[in-house]
Amino acid sequence: MFDAAFVSQELLPALNRGLLVSIALIVPSGLLGFIGGILLGCVRAFGSPWARRLGDAYTSIIRGVPLAVQLMMIYFALPKVGIYFEPYGASLISFILCNSAYQSEYIRGALLSIRQGQIKAAQALGMDSLQTIVWIVIPQAARRALPGCGNEIIYLIKYSSLAYLVTCMELMGEGKVVASDTFRFTEVFLAVGAYYLVMVTLATWLLRWLEKRFYIPGFGAR
Amino acid sequence: MSETVAQLSKKTGASPVLQVAHLSKKLGGKPILQDCSLTLNRGELKVLIGPSGAGKSTLLQCINCLIPPDEGKILLEGRALNVADRRALCAFRAQVGMIFQDFNLFDHLTAEENVAIALRKVRGMNRQDAQRRAQEELGRVGMSRRAGLYPAQLSGGQKQRVAIARALAMDPKVILLDEPTSALDPELVGEVLAVIKDLARGGMTMLMATHQMDFARALAHEILFMEQGIIIEQGAPDVLLAEGSATRTRDFCKHLLEMGA
Amino acid sequence: MNSLQVIWDALPFILGGTLTTVSAVALALGMGLVLGIPLAVGQVYGGTLVRAAVGLYVWFFRGVPILVLLFLSYGLCMSLGLAVPPFLASCLVMGCISTAYQSQIFRGAIESLPQGQLRAARALGMTDGCSITCIILPQALRLSLPGWANEFSILLKDSAVCYVLGTQEIMSRATAVAQRTHEHLALFALAGVIYFILTLVVLKLLRALENRVHIPGYSTGGTVGMGAAG
Repeated sequence: MFDAAFVSQELLPALNRGLLVSIALIVPSGLLGFIGGILLGCVRAFGSPWARRLGDAYTSIIRGVPLAVQLMMIYFALPKVGIYFEPYGASLISFILCNSAYQSEYIRGALLSIRQGQIKAAQALGMDSLQTIVWIVIPQAARRALPGCGNEIIYLIKYSSLAYLVTCMELMGEGKVVASDTFRFTEVFLAVGAYYLVMVTLATWLLRWLEKRFYIPGFGAR
Repeated sequence: MSETVAQLSKKTGASPVLQVAHLSKKLGGKPILQDCSLTLNRGELKVLIGPSGAGKSTLLQCINCLIPPDEGKILLEGRALNVADRRALCAFRAQVGMIFQDFNLFDHLTAEENVAIALRKVRGMNRQDAQRRAQEELGRVGMSRRAGLYPAQLSGGQKQRVAIARALAMDPKVILLDEPTSALDPELVGEVLAVIKDLARGGMTMLMATHQMDFARALAHEILFMEQGIIIEQGAPDVLLAEGSATRTRDFCKHLLEMGA
Repeated sequence: MNSLQVIWDALPFILGGTLTTVSAVALALGMGLVLGIPLAVGQVYGGTLVRAAVGLYVWFFRGVPILVLLFLSYGLCMSLGLAVPPFLASCLVMGCISTAYQSQIFRGAIESLPQGQLRAARALGMTDGCSITCIILPQALRLSLPGWANEFSILLKDSAVCYVLGTQEIMSRATAVAQRTHEHLALFALAGVIYFILTLVVLKLLRALENRVHIPGYSTGGTVGMGAAG
């Protein structure tokens, strides 16, 4: 049943190749998506009414439409209006756009959760706006946003597998090719699943460690 | 009716309702209760006092096995409780009322439903009978007009009165009260104490942990003083609190008074 | 103009797929509800073994992407020689995933209830089973509604990838028409709009349900916003 030669010579090299592409998708789209989320979250929390409305609309559209549809739009549909992407580029763009919207939700929530009294107290001590933001707002908001944002990164790891739908040869895509060639769907996708499980578990540990590292007694229990 | 029964039993001598013998409990290797024994006769009100952390709350919760005791015997009307028998334990708890410091009303049920639910689910009463009984009990604690409100819409004192009605509806043979007034704002303490006073006068058998010394002095048949998990003094209030008596109870009460003043 | 014509022609076909999507999601959510509640109760009140088993299940189904699980189910059916219709396979896979997520929603809600609720129920002589079904679950399920709304919206979006098994839902029909007519932009936009409307409608309904079962003193505030925007 278990075919060591198949696993070591065919399956694992292919999956390792795919893993590198997956990581090359996850890391940049996680980072850029997070930065985008901060910008969008700030706009949605403190922007002018129109900017806020625009940001809210963007977020609810992205959140209301499956990532698969967004990905298909960018890869198959945009060429119709003259915008071309390779599979990797299309996946990256769509992950960043999507991740920003989801992240902004947590950032906005965290920013709005800071009580007026905290800001007033900072001003009463003579802090200027920048000092208030750097020393009071960000430390509190970051702690509140951390669990949600971290969870979003974990989702991103799993949803990076959708890049396969636009023929990007990442972990999922490599696995599918091997499976179709050899018709060993069960073994191949058990192995692919194990790769994702390891990534997700590592990310979860990292997130827990971060949460513990920045834990403050009683904070957030409000 | 109940009053005459109570007076009768007092005349004819003691008949123990609840007996607790040699109860011990350790938590994390630390003894919380050590060899606690007490007897409650029909119609008696005994009061547990002692500094916080003395184990009063643990003792009360051990008596109806919300915290399972490590050692000891519990007898209700002479019959020993077998803790391992889940059915017997539930039946035992149904006959022993419990009032908590923090009320523990069921937050998803109205006052009336709070009283009725155990009647229906434990006693197997039908909905209408349970409702009628719940109304009766709420009336007894002066809460008829708020029967339809949810716990979040009641004040602390009102919540505690509903909790008392909930316990009374089960026709308990004895009620355990775990500092029923200490989570209340000072102005709400009176209404709850009034209800408990009524019960005591009506001959309800009760064991109550409290810091309300005036109440204990006026109504308790006996005071049990606890410290570090041990019942160290036990006797009638007049004796323990008598002028010039060198008891720990008196020391403690004087201390309480000074703190209050 | 041509695009509009294509959309108009394809509309009945794709709306038919909407029905498939909705029924698949409804079945999966139902399965998750039925299995998720006992899993949650087991994880909170069960022994070490039960807790470990539930934890393992949740870890697996929350850690592996739905695409991988779909292909895995395909492989398993193939090697066992079972001819499972794609619709059923999709429902089962989504149901297993949703069970894992819903069990964690319910677990969180149960754990957020004050300890005293269970203690008071026991003090009245209720059995443990009755305490859980009469006292704990009615409260926990109310608290779970916002999380549940969120879970619905996630599952609806996840269902879009079930077309890889050949399930005849919105995405697969939109892709089929797009390949025939080369009107990708219009058809995927249509699919997106349908998903968007579905999400809005169901979240509205769930919000109405939440108001119906609302009880004073329950703050479900924070998480509602998250679910509703999705």
